[in-house]
Amino acid sequence: MSDATHGSNGQSGASQTVCLVLVEADGDAVCEATRQALTVARELAGTVEAVVLAADEELARRLAPALAAEGVARVHAVTDPLLAEYGPEAFGAALAQLIRSVEPTGVVAPGTARGNEIMAHAAAVTELSLATGCVAIAVDGDAWSVTRQRWGGVLWEDATLAASVKLATLAPHAVAVQPTPGLEHATVSTFACDLDPTLARTQVAQRTPLGAGVTLSTAPVVVSGGRGVGSAEGFAVLEELAERLGGAVGCSRVATNNGWRPHADQVGQTGTRIAPNLYIACGISGATQHWVGCKDAQRILAINTDPEASLVQRADYAVIGDVQTVLRAVVDELDRARQPADAGAGG
Amino acid sequence: MCVKRAPAPGAKIPLTADGSAIDTRNLGFTMSPHEECAVEEAVRLVEAHGGSATVMTLGPPEAAEQMRDGIATGADHGVLVETDRTDWDPQATAAALGEAIAQLQQEGARFDLVLFGNESADAAHEQVSVRVAHRLGLPIVNGIKGLETSDGHVALRRDTAAGSERYEVPLPAAVAVKKGLNLPRYPALKGRMRARKATVRTIAALHHPGGLTSHGLRYPPDETTETEILGRGADAAPRVVELLGEEGLT
Repeated sequence: MSDATHGSNGQSGASQTVCLVLVEADGDAVCEATRQALTVARELAGTVEAVVLAADEELARRLAPALAAEGVARVHAVTDPLLAEYGPEAFGAALAQLIRSVEPTGVVAPGTARGNEIMAHAAAVTELSLATGCVAIAVDGDAWSVTRQRWGGVLWEDATLAASVKLATLAPHAVAVQPTPGLEHATVSTFACDLDPTLARTQVAQRTPLGAGVTLSTAPVVVSGGRGVGSAEGFAVLEELAERLGGAVGCSRVATNNGWRPHADQVGQTGTRIAPNLYIACGISGATQHWVGCKDAQRILAINTDPEASLVQRADYAVIGDVQTVLRAVVDELDRARQPADAGAGG
Repeated sequence: MCVKRAPAPGAKIPLTADGSAIDTRNLGFTMSPHEECAVEEAVRLVEAHGGSATVMTLGPPEAAEQMRDGIATGADHGVLVETDRTDWDPQATAAALGEAIAQLQQEGARFDLVLFGNESADAAHEQVSVRVAHRLGLPIVNGIKGLETSDGHVALRRDTAAGSERYEVPLPAAVAVKKGLNLPRYPALKGRMRARKATVRTIAALHHPGGLTSHGLRYPPDETTETEILGRGADAAPRVVELLGEEGLT
């Protein structure tokens, strides 16, 4: 492997535009949101280069083959001892230094909490403009024309992003990953940055991992309840169904405000935004702020006494009826359906 | 705390005929939910440790209403950084807020904490807080759902998909908080009376536009969903279980 040191890009020419993509790793893999960002970036410049922020270049080397397969020609391993643990100021400053060194046409990052935070810091340091939550980006002369989410995606805003280096983040789940022929090899270029040690002030001091079990944000199935559940005790049958499906229990703002469920369970614009395979919405009418939190589900089943409820209208499937009656019958039916299957097929 | 006036929509957000903006004629206004938590947290900190809380907003003269909501909750002072009625881009907003805070500091005010909502309910640029913090030379962490001050430091908790992160940041600092940080109180009548009488200071904002220029709003392409009614009441159960089977869940 013939790795170049930084800045020795022999093929750079005036017509060769470079778009950088900030990589968020999921262990040793490139996360889905990063692959979405790569899909968009390939349409924005002649060359796509990736940015991996870490204490040393090990992570960049491990990710390079997967990034090459996504069409990435070069991986910038941006290194500093401060990048051993996450800190928004240090990560933002490191990205800012690389931007000033490479002067790309733009940088696209996954619009995750961390992606948005790092880009906001890089934008503040470089005083460049940043468009967050984009669902589409296109080249428009020297500028980018962007479409970005407002109100969590129930409205779109069309805007022009004009800057020497355009900074943008992509709304999660907004773009489908497109296949690409890919490249055989991505060069790893090490960019040792020079970070101010005082930036350690916003480094993560301690991490507490979640206990075992499914979480609302990653569960494949979410059974969620709102006003129609009627009480805190009314959630018992939702718990029963979620447990049988290996899912998590969520709720609407009404359930939180009534003290039936903790805020951590709330699905919505100001709660958790989820994208499960199946969302079962029980007694939830579907105000905008709730819809924003669940609209990325693959399929939605609404259970509601009101066939005109907004969420019933927007769901793929609906059952008209009382939550307790319907769910009790579903749990019983599910247990019946599973018995012979378990006996016969042995799981 | 910095807050923003935003419409309070129901199930559908109406647009003006030309699609350039939200039709707010029949809508009420509110501060964003994350910001309500920022105000509540500031008021609690002052109740526990003394000092004072100032609520600041950038917006048109009508935004004084949201600042009075903050004072009704228990904030001591209100500062309106007044703009025209257009929606400013995040760089312009941050520059004006930063200048206004710097002006108050020059006049002798000392802020230990500058609180923001993580993002506004409407525009959600998620960067004004960070840009203001950089202008003021303050450390900042976003997405905070737990906050505890101790001697010269603030301990912050952020929830992630993998668990939670703890930060220990020296004061003075800026923090962008999220709903769930606390349960904001409903302002008592006494607070509302006080808010009505409170003087709100106005600082004229200078408009330095950034590079993000909005051309208007529209609804996303219609994701019309043909809803399949699986049945009514308990009789629908077999069909629901069939659906769960199609999802590989039985």
